[in-house]
Amino acid sequence: MAEAVLDSAVHAADDDHGHSTGTGISNNKLAMWVFLGSECLLFGGLISTYLLYRHNIQDGPGPSEEFFDIPFTSASSFVLLMSSLTMVLAHYAAERGDNRKLKIWLLTTALLGSVFVAGQIYEFTVFVEEGLGWSTSPFSSAFYALTGFHGVHVTIGIIMLLSTFISAVRGRMHPGNAETVEIVGLYWHFVDIVWVFIFTVIYLAA
Amino acid sequence: MAIIENPLELESGTVVEVAERPLGALTRPSGNTGWASWLFTVDHKRIGIMYGAFAMFFFLIGGLEALAIRLQLAVPNGKILSPEVYNQVFTMHGVTMIFLVIMPLAAAFANYLLPLQIGARDVAFPRMNALSLWVFVAGGFFLCSSLFIGGWFKNVPNGGWFNYAPNSGTLFSPTQGIDFYAVGLQILGIASLVSAINLIVTTLNMRAEGMTLMRMPVLTWMLLVVQFLLLFALPVITVALFLLMFDRLWGANFFNVEMGADPLLWQHLFWIFGHPEVYILILPSFGIISEVIPVFSRKPIFGYSFMVGSGIAIGFLGWGVWAHHMFVSGLGPISVAAFSVSTMMIAVPTGVKILNWVATMWGGKIRLTTAMLFAVGVVSMFTIGGLSGVTHSVSVADTQQTDTYYIVAHFHYVIFGGALLGIFSGFYFWWPKMFGYKLNEKWGKWNFWLQIVGFNLTFGPMHILGLQGMSRRIDSYDPGYGFETWNLVSSIGSFVIFFGVLIFIINIFVSKKQAEHLPPVGPDPWDARSLEWMTASPTPEHNFDEDIVVDSLDHFWHQKYGYDDDGNVVRIAYAEDVAQDGSNDNVHLPSPSYWPLVLSAGLPFIGYGVIYNYWLCAIGGFLVLGAIFGWIFEPPDDPDGGHGHHDDHGDDGDGHSADSSDADDSAEKTDDDLVSVGADTAEAGDAATTETTATAGEADNG
Repeated sequence: MAEAVLDSAVHAADDDHGHSTGTGISNNKLAMWVFLGSECLLFGGLISTYLLYRHNIQDGPGPSEEFFDIPFTSASSFVLLMSSLTMVLAHYAAERGDNRKLKIWLLTTALLGSVFVAGQIYEFTVFVEEGLGWSTSPFSSAFYALTGFHGVHVTIGIIMLLSTFISAVRGRMHPGNAETVEIVGLYWHFVDIVWVFIFTVIYLAA
Repeated sequence: MAIIENPLELESGTVVEVAERPLGALTRPSGNTGWASWLFTVDHKRIGIMYGAFAMFFFLIGGLEALAIRLQLAVPNGKILSPEVYNQVFTMHGVTMIFLVIMPLAAAFANYLLPLQIGARDVAFPRMNALSLWVFVAGGFFLCSSLFIGGWFKNVPNGGWFNYAPNSGTLFSPTQGIDFYAVGLQILGIASLVSAINLIVTTLNMRAEGMTLMRMPVLTWMLLVVQFLLLFALPVITVALFLLMFDRLWGANFFNVEMGADPLLWQHLFWIFGHPEVYILILPSFGIISEVIPVFSRKPIFGYSFMVGSGIAIGFLGWGVWAHHMFVSGLGPISVAAFSVSTMMIAVPTGVKILNWVATMWGGKIRLTTAMLFAVGVVSMFTIGGLSGVTHSVSVADTQQTDTYYIVAHFHYVIFGGALLGIFSGFYFWWPKMFGYKLNEKWGKWNFWLQIVGFNLTFGPMHILGLQGMSRRIDSYDPGYGFETWNLVSSIGSFVIFFGVLIFIINIFVSKKQAEHLPPVGPDPWDARSLEWMTASPTPEHNFDEDIVVDSLDHFWHQKYGYDDDGNVVRIAYAEDVAQDGSNDNVHLPSPSYWPLVLSAGLPFIGYGVIYNYWLCAIGGFLVLGAIFGWIFEPPDDPDGGHGHHDDHGDDGDGHSADSSDADDSAEKTDDDLVSVGADTAEAGDAATTETTATAGEADNG
């Protein structure tokens, strides 16, 4: 699925040229909205699984304030949330046709996202060292599955951002296809919002 | 109907000559003939036909599996299949029939008919549509390859289609069968999800002018509801399958009871998907017969808005009943009571539909064609299946029925008697539209009667067997329990069904041969009502010569019929005069593409890779990534997009603005010319409501 979304976002101009549509929303944008609806259920399933196994820790570490490094994760969460702001700025620049700012903000967003993913990888290595392996307990499996799925989503978002960035560098972005940036932005904001839920459920509820 | 002189454009047009070849080799395939034109097509009609053809192939496989099961159970202590093989055969029978037959057959009708019924030229994303088809084919062959990989019946899924934990874990299922199940269904899920997004956007965005939501045919409506169900149900099973795969391949603990995991998690995730899935299977058939019955009763559908509303209600309520599959799993009295009530509630909108079909036929001038026979078959057989379903909602009764043949009888009455018979009705109804010739009625009636008699012989006795206490999924039974007679009847019945289907296949070829000596069927062989009959048969590649402007529900019918001074229905025009002849060859269509096929081909490699050898994943990943890049860098397919200066992202800039103004002009012309026609049909529309007690809702305001 990720491929198809990446494609439809990067390739936004293919099938729809801004003809009037039944809903008034372009095909590409509507497709992204519909897809994100589906994604809600995907994360809904994973979050439910996590909630079910939250206290099922067997002999391994559990979700506690001592085990999680909450200041660290808060900082990386902040970075991710800030990337939503830069995403909005990128979209704004794209609509005005400001190619220079568009490039800056797209790249910044991708960088902030990368910082988040890097933080997550670092966090995982620390957890593994502290004895929370993938197979340690139902809790550990559910924890890694949920955060890992989210991390993969962020990574796909970064690839979409970089693809759009490359288009901008090659002079392909203009106000006529600013919607491409908007669609990438929709996905990006969704991934951020999902993280707010995940962060609450995993870290703040610990 | 306005004639538009300018060639009409689709959102993306065809490339006659490729003006630019980015990266050298990346061109788009061309040509409308030969096998390549099918492999690389993005035409929704060809994609629909291929969906149907592949699904019928899998239908034969699933049917042979069914016959093997019935042979084994025909007499006590059957020796044809070993218990191990029996488990694999009944699992594959279920998985094949659900995921590789009924769902893709519904997708075949959805792909072929949905754009036509809303007056569109194609779906919103033609290449994604091709992707759905080929991913389905790849997933289907991947799943079926388990039959012989590592030896015949060594690595076949054997946990039932529901595949309950912890039986699905490596401890109890050490072969790779469940891995094939987990990975195969994920691949198939991608196909359905892509298709769902595509068809939702198509329905919401690409309707012809005047085709408001409440003027859409009931079939289109039901298909839209199904796409939403797929959209929300598939991610849930995807989660479940991922967790299962993690458990089996990488030692996670989601269903590992030894580590304190809760196997009920699988049941919940599975049935949150699984129950909407039941409606995913049945609603397309409801839509099909809602088209067939009015045509052959010569009456509008009774209570159109109620038909649509109850379809939507089924879609919503379908999410609140999943735990009725789990009444014996120890949910606790409150959950059981709640799900009992919600299950009884969902019988209400279903009952509304059945009564509306009956009311549509009531007092109608019924023509018992084969299509109509199958449709009536659905109404009656589904009613039986629905009633036995209501008995399940009573949890005390259900406790007795769980895991008996009574359940098998119930869901076959629903899925075979409801979904499959409806699809056969659709075959007979739309065959002339799809292939330009009618299926022979005499053979068709043999087909119907054999199938319906065989069906009742096979599954009717299973009610009795179940109530007598015969368990599901047993590979043999001892004599002396009173199971012998009905099992033998059931097995004989299954062969009657087999001959019925065989006659259908023969009929295809016989009819094609006979059609050579018959006059062409014309655009509207059944005197039908919806827009797909307004164009030539078989449907020309561009669907419609000119855009249709819709001004009522059953727009086409109102073009053909009006009222005389006494209020009697009279024909005001012949279909041939109203319909388009498909002669406009100036319509630009999207170019074919290699990449959906290449991308799909990569997925089974990834599938085999995660099961057997990660290097295969690399090959698959290479194909998928390459296909994505090919897809993105494919030359634009818009001929007016500015030859010479366009870039590889398609040109949506200045090249297009000229076309839009053309399009606006033609739209205006259309409006002007339609004034007189519109007045006539408005009358017709109003009178139609008085003629029968049926109300067509706000759609008939003309």
